[in-house]
Amino acid sequence: MTDLEKVQSLQQDERLLLLPLVRTTGTFWFWACSMAAVALWGGFAYVYQLRNGLGVTGLNTPEYWGIYIICFVFFIGISHAGTLISAILRVANAEWRRSITRSAEFITVLVIGFGAIQPILDLGRPDRVLNVFLHSQAFSPLLWDVLSIGLYFTASSIYLYVPMIPDLARIRDLGLRPRLLYSFLAIGYRDTPASRATLEKIIAVLAIMVIPIAISVHTVIGWIFALTLRPMWHSAIFGPYFVMGAIFSGIAALIIAMAILRRVYSLKSYFKDVHFENMGLLLLVMSVLWFYFTFAENLTVWYGGEEAELATLYSKLTGDFAISFWLMVACCFVIPFGLMCRRATRNIRGTVIASVAVVVGMWLERFNIVVPTSLHTHADVPGASYFPSWVELSIMAGTFAGFILVYMVATKFFPIISIWEIQEGRESSVEEVSTRVAGYLPDDEVETVVP
Amino acid sequence: MARWGMVIDLERCNGCQACEIACRSENNVPVGGPQAAQENRTISWMRVLAETHGEWPDVRTRFVPQPCMHCDRPPCTMVCPVGATSLEENGIVNQIYARCIGCRYCANACPYTVKYFNWKEPAYPESTKDGLNPDVSTRPVGVVEKCTFCSHRLQRAKEQARTEGRILREGDYTPACSESCPTGAIVFGDLDDPRHRVARLSRDPRAFRLQEGLGTQPKVYYLAEED
Repeated sequence: MTDLEKVQSLQQDERLLLLPLVRTTGTFWFWACSMAAVALWGGFAYVYQLRNGLGVTGLNTPEYWGIYIICFVFFIGISHAGTLISAILRVANAEWRRSITRSAEFITVLVIGFGAIQPILDLGRPDRVLNVFLHSQAFSPLLWDVLSIGLYFTASSIYLYVPMIPDLARIRDLGLRPRLLYSFLAIGYRDTPASRATLEKIIAVLAIMVIPIAISVHTVIGWIFALTLRPMWHSAIFGPYFVMGAIFSGIAALIIAMAILRRVYSLKSYFKDVHFENMGLLLLVMSVLWFYFTFAENLTVWYGGEEAELATLYSKLTGDFAISFWLMVACCFVIPFGLMCRRATRNIRGTVIASVAVVVGMWLERFNIVVPTSLHTHADVPGASYFPSWVELSIMAGTFAGFILVYMVATKFFPIISIWEIQEGRESSVEEVSTRVAGYLPDDEVETVVP
Repeated sequence: MARWGMVIDLERCNGCQACEIACRSENNVPVGGPQAAQENRTISWMRVLAETHGEWPDVRTRFVPQPCMHCDRPPCTMVCPVGATSLEENGIVNQIYARCIGCRYCANACPYTVKYFNWKEPAYPESTKDGLNPDVSTRPVGVVEKCTFCSHRLQRAKEQARTEGRILREGDYTPACSESCPTGAIVFGDLDDPRHRVARLSRDPRAFRLQEGLGTQPKVYYLAEED
């Protein structure tokens, strides 16, 4: 019996969710090859940069940081999709999480590496990157960043892996190929009620631990900017602002991923309208928060009226960066808020459009943070400008393609929806939730006997 | 311990840029040429900026030579992840080219924009290659460099004083920019030694420092022009 036949003889959940592991369509190969080609092109651009130095970028004095650092902040932001959202939903006992946590956690683990390499792509001397450990200077926010991203990567990998063990054990028992991989990853797990209880306890602890770690990561990235004396970087709002933006873009990325998975793997019965509606509500809340943070940031700068800060602010509001600034406002607030505040547009199509806008808008926000301040130094440097070169744009495209490719490949080896959690939901949580809700209600009045 | 510093008299500076040239040849600063200038990638450890204030007919222009300010509270050293730049006891902010990983965080943290990155392999005109200063290492591509107050001259001056069996005197150690200034606008010495001219000039009523409000405490003072 082939793997495909084995899977096709299974019950509904297992059949539908394991099918992508054993059946690969031509469309998949087409997209995988296209993504691989773009990623290879990006790799070629990096080799070109390695041979010729950072002079092949559009960077200059004082635009020391550009596309790579923008992408660094952006991708690490996207990585907050998974772990943080899934952890919050788990901790909050949100029952609708069951079909979306796994795909979210995969985004985190796979994108974080692509984010973390960006500062290395940006180094003038990548050959000396180990100096960060050999000659660590503990006061540098960049060092804190290396540590917090390392910790986050470790924690979110564990947080992806542990809840996947029962599914891996099931795949091992079914004998799907590659057998060695699944029997190795399943680490001898047997799905008994006792081991299931232990597993859920571990997941509950992990979910709580991972939340502060995730928050620390983007806070520290915000501090990289905020701890310098640069106009509009040196701001106390940056830590929380970055965390909020990260969750915002993470939710949007997750909605896009869900919509694509739903379509290509026929998972309509798992990613239902209600999931998109709920995610849309989260997006709505975050877009309002985004507006609040952005307004607070810019009002503070404007009212303070410090000369260098104002010059930076006006370059965004009315100057060279007006297009990217107002496009950001449209993408991060006007479009998602307009679409998500109405029930009629909070459907799959509406949430996807809003999410694409948010992802674009959040990239623009990172651009609007990095570039205008770089060009507005305290010591006015005349004629400063920045336009990214083909090398930077190619590497950026390669990074996007590389992430999509590894995500596609991951869906071919691991069930992208947690099978055991869905089954658990069917078996026990309906009853659990009714008991829980009953527990919220006032107790029945005990009849007192009137003498 | 000395605390080396500089006083630049803006009344005397006529913008001749002799200091830039002297610095460039003393410190083997690469020559980027018109291409680097166009790309905003010129490296110039000492840079004479022309500042124009006001609009016609009420216009004033002044020349402000800007080396590294060698801050007593340098924002650049705090952020370096590998400790490749630090404040020495003698007040000089150094840069270890062999350790720098080229992240340019220090360059971004510097409010004076006086830290320069080697975007390309340093190039020198053929005619000047034989004249490179053997006391100063050339920098590889991909690292940050900046004014060191010609600290190699300090080493030499110390050795000279030691062989002559005396302590360091004012004038023993002078950076190339100060030495080359035809109007004597750039004065250099120990800010903590009352016998040195810089100690007195830095307390002059005309004395000010750039971006003083940022709290970086630069050791390069300027004397405002007289009206």
